[in-house]
Amino acid sequence: MIAEAGLAALWIAAALALLQIALAALGLRRLGVAAVGGSVRAVAIVQGVTALLAMAALILLFQQSDMSVKLVAENSHSAKPWLYKVTGAWGNHEGSMLLWVTILGLAGGAVALAERRLAEPTLVATLGAQAGIALGFYAFLLFASNPFARLAEPPADGAGLNPLLQDPGLAFHPPTLYAGYVGLSVAFSFAVGALVTRDVGRDFASAMRPWVLGAWIFLTLGITAGSYWAYYELGWGGWWFWDPVENASLMPWLAATALLHSVTVLATRDGLRAWTVMLAVVAFSMSMLGTFLVRSGILTSVHAFAVDPRRGAFILVLLALYIGGALALFGLRIGTVRQGRIFDPVSREGGLVANNLLLSVILGVVLIGTLYPIVAAGFGVQLSVGPPFFNKAAGPIALALIVLMAIGPLLRWRRDEAGLLPERLMVPVAVSGGAFALLVVFAMPIGVLPLLGLSLAAGLAVASVLPLVRRNLRRTPLFVWGMVVAHLGIGVSLAGMACDAAFTSERLVALLPGEATRVGPFRVTLDGIAPVVDENWSALQAQLTAERDGAVLRLRPQSRTFTDPPTTTSESAIATRLDGQLYTVLGKPDGQGRWQLRLWWKPFVTLIWLGGALVALGGALALAGRLVRRRREAMA
Amino acid sequence: MTRPRLWMPLAGFALLFAIVAVALFRPADRTVRSQLVGQPLPAFTLPALVPGKPGLSREDMTGQGPRLLNIFGSWCLPCIAEAPQLMRLRAAGVPIDAIAIRDTGPAVAAFLARNGDPYRRIGDDQRSAVQLALGSSGVPETFLIDAQGRIVRQYVGDIRADQVDSVIADWRAAQ
Repeated sequence: MIAEAGLAALWIAAALALLQIALAALGLRRLGVAAVGGSVRAVAIVQGVTALLAMAALILLFQQSDMSVKLVAENSHSAKPWLYKVTGAWGNHEGSMLLWVTILGLAGGAVALAERRLAEPTLVATLGAQAGIALGFYAFLLFASNPFARLAEPPADGAGLNPLLQDPGLAFHPPTLYAGYVGLSVAFSFAVGALVTRDVGRDFASAMRPWVLGAWIFLTLGITAGSYWAYYELGWGGWWFWDPVENASLMPWLAATALLHSVTVLATRDGLRAWTVMLAVVAFSMSMLGTFLVRSGILTSVHAFAVDPRRGAFILVLLALYIGGALALFGLRIGTVRQGRIFDPVSREGGLVANNLLLSVILGVVLIGTLYPIVAAGFGVQLSVGPPFFNKAAGPIALALIVLMAIGPLLRWRRDEAGLLPERLMVPVAVSGGAFALLVVFAMPIGVLPLLGLSLAAGLAVASVLPLVRRNLRRTPLFVWGMVVAHLGIGVSLAGMACDAAFTSERLVALLPGEATRVGPFRVTLDGIAPVVDENWSALQAQLTAERDGAVLRLRPQSRTFTDPPTTTSESAIATRLDGQLYTVLGKPDGQGRWQLRLWWKPFVTLIWLGGALVALGGALALAGRLVRRRREAMA
Repeated sequence: MTRPRLWMPLAGFALLFAIVAVALFRPADRTVRSQLVGQPLPAFTLPALVPGKPGLSREDMTGQGPRLLNIFGSWCLPCIAEAPQLMRLRAAGVPIDAIAIRDTGPAVAAFLARNGDPYRRIGDDQRSAVQLALGSSGVPETFLIDAQGRIVRQYVGDIRADQVDSVIADWRAAQ
C-alpha cells in the first residue's frame, strides 16, 4: 500500500511539473504573467510537497523492512541498525535519485514561496525552467529507475547494505552533496529565466546569490565530509585520490566558487553579466555531468555503484536537453543583453575576474584529466590519470589563486592604485617569507609544492584577517566576516594538505604479538589480537599501544567481516592529537603468527577538514548577512 | 562579442557530449596490464636494502641473458605464498632480481631468512616510483626480461605452483 502510494505521489508530482511548465509558457506567451503568476507559484509548492511524500514513503518502506519491495530487498536487511535503515533509503541508485528530485522539488517550492524581488516574468520563467528539470528526473525515475517496484515472490530477508556505506558519514554525505547540486540547479533556472526575459541585471544577481551561496556551503560540507569519510573508512590513509567521483564533486564546487564571486560583482557593481549567466549554466552542467559520470559507470572508480548503460543514456539525454538548450539560448539571447558596467583592471572587480579565470583553468584541468581516459580509450589506449597529473597541473595554478586570494579583498571596488598595494601587503609577505626561510632551514628536504603551500598558507592566513583591521568589528557586516572566515579556512586547509604531503611518516610491517615498531615519534606495540562480535558483523581486533614521551595511546583497528552481504572491511583506528593523527590499519595474518599492520603518523592532517569546515562556516555567515540585509531592505 | 563566439560554449558542450556518448556505448577493457610489455626496461637505479645484497639498475639486467624481475614486499602476504615457487625457479637455474616496495632492510632480511632467498639483487623502492614506471599496480608481480633488457611478459599476482613449469618454459624461450 505504501509503495503504491509513493508511486502515485511520483506520478502526481510529474504531472504537476508538466502543468507548471505549461502554465509558465502560456503566461509568458499568451495570457501575461499577471494571470498565471499565482498559480505557477502554488503548483511549484504543491509539487515539492508531493515529491517529499514519495520520499517519505520510501523511507517508511525501508524502516518497516518491507521485503516485497525490490529496492528494499536488494539493499536492506531486517537486522540492520535503525539509522542505516533510514539512510539505506538513499544508499542506492533509485533512492538517491528520488532524494535528488525531492530536494529539487522542495527548492522550487522555496523559490516560489520566498522570492519577492525578481520581476514577475523572470520568476515565472525561472519556475518553468525548474519544473523542466524536475520533469526530466521524474521521468527518469518512473521509466528507468522505479524505486517502488514490487517483487512477485518476496524473499525472507534482504541482501543488506554495502558495509562500506554502513557509516554515519553516509547518512549526511549524499544528501549534503545533492542539496548543493540542487542549489546550483536553482541558479541555472534563474539564468535560463533571465535569458528568456532578457532581464540580466542586479535584481537577478541578488535573487540568485543566496541559492549559489547555499549550494556552495553544502558542496563544501559534502566534499569535506566525503574526504574525511574516504580517509577513515577506506583505510588507505589518503584524504583525496583524484578519483573520478571525487572530481565529479570538485568540478561543480570550482564552478560554484567562481559563480559566487562573479555574482557578487553583478549584484554589487552590475558588471560581468554574460559571464555570470554562463557560469550559472556551467556550474549546473558540472553537477549533471558528475551525476552522469557516477551513475553511468563509464569511469572506473572506487565508488562502485550499481550501473546500467540504459540509465546512463537517459541521464545523457537529459544533460543534452538542459545544457544544450541553455547554451543555445545563451547563443541566441546574450547578444541582446545590455553590457554591464565597466571597471578598472586594478580593482576589486579586477581581482574577482582574475579569481574567476584561475578557477576556470583549474576546472578545465580537472575536467580534461577526468575525461581523458575516456578519450584515450576511444583510440584504443588504456590509461588512467592520477595524482601526478592533477597535482602538477592544478597545484601551481591553485597556489597562484592563493596569492590572489590574499590580495583581492584588500582592493577597492571600481578603481584602485597599484602603488598602494605593497604597503597593504607588507605583513602577509613578511610572514610568508619568514615561514619560507624557517622551512628551508629546518625542514628540508620537503617537496616544492608543500614548501610553497605552507609558506603561502601562513601569508594567506594573515592577509585574510586584514580586511577587519581598523574596522569597528561590531558594525562590520556579517558577509565581510564570512569572506574573512572562508579565506582563512582555505589557508588552514592548505596548511593541513602541505603538512600531510611534507611530514607524513608511513610504516608497513608484519608483527608478532609483543613486537614493536616506530612510526614518526611513536613506538607502536602489537599487544595482541582478539575477536569481537556485533549485531551484523564479527571482527578481529588488534590491540595496539602507542607511546610518545611517556604518553600512552591505545588503538583498536579491526578487520571486520559482515554477514549480509559477506564482505570484509578494514576499520582503521585513528588517534587524534593536537599536532596530528596516528592512523592504524590491521591487515591479514601471515600464517606464522604475524599480523600485517599499516601505520601512519600524519602531523596536522586534521587542519584539512577543520579548514573545510571554516570555509563552510564563512559561507553560512555570508548567507546570513545577505539574508538579514535583504530582510531589512524589504522592511524599509 | 561577435555572434559566432557566442556559440562556442555550445560547440564545446557538443564535443563533450560526443565523447561521453561514445564511451557509454563502447565500454573499454578494464584489466590493468603494463603498457611496457614488448618494450625495453625504463632506466632506473635503486640502492641496496639488505647487507651483502647489491642494489639494482637497468644496466644490471641487460646483456646477461634472460631473467625474472620480482616485485615484492616483506609486508605482503601473497609474497610469502609465492616464495616456494621462486625458490623452485631459482633451483631450475632462473636468475631472479627483485625490487622491494616500501620496505625496510631488517624487515626484508627477516623475510628472506624465514621464506628463503631466491634473489641475486634487491633494489630499494621506497615510494613505488620504479614499480609505477614499470606499469606494475600491486605486489607481487613478476616480469620476464630478455637478454636485450626488453620486457617479454608480465605475471600479475603471485606465481602459483602450477605455473612454475610454464614460467621456466617462457624463460627458455627468451634465450
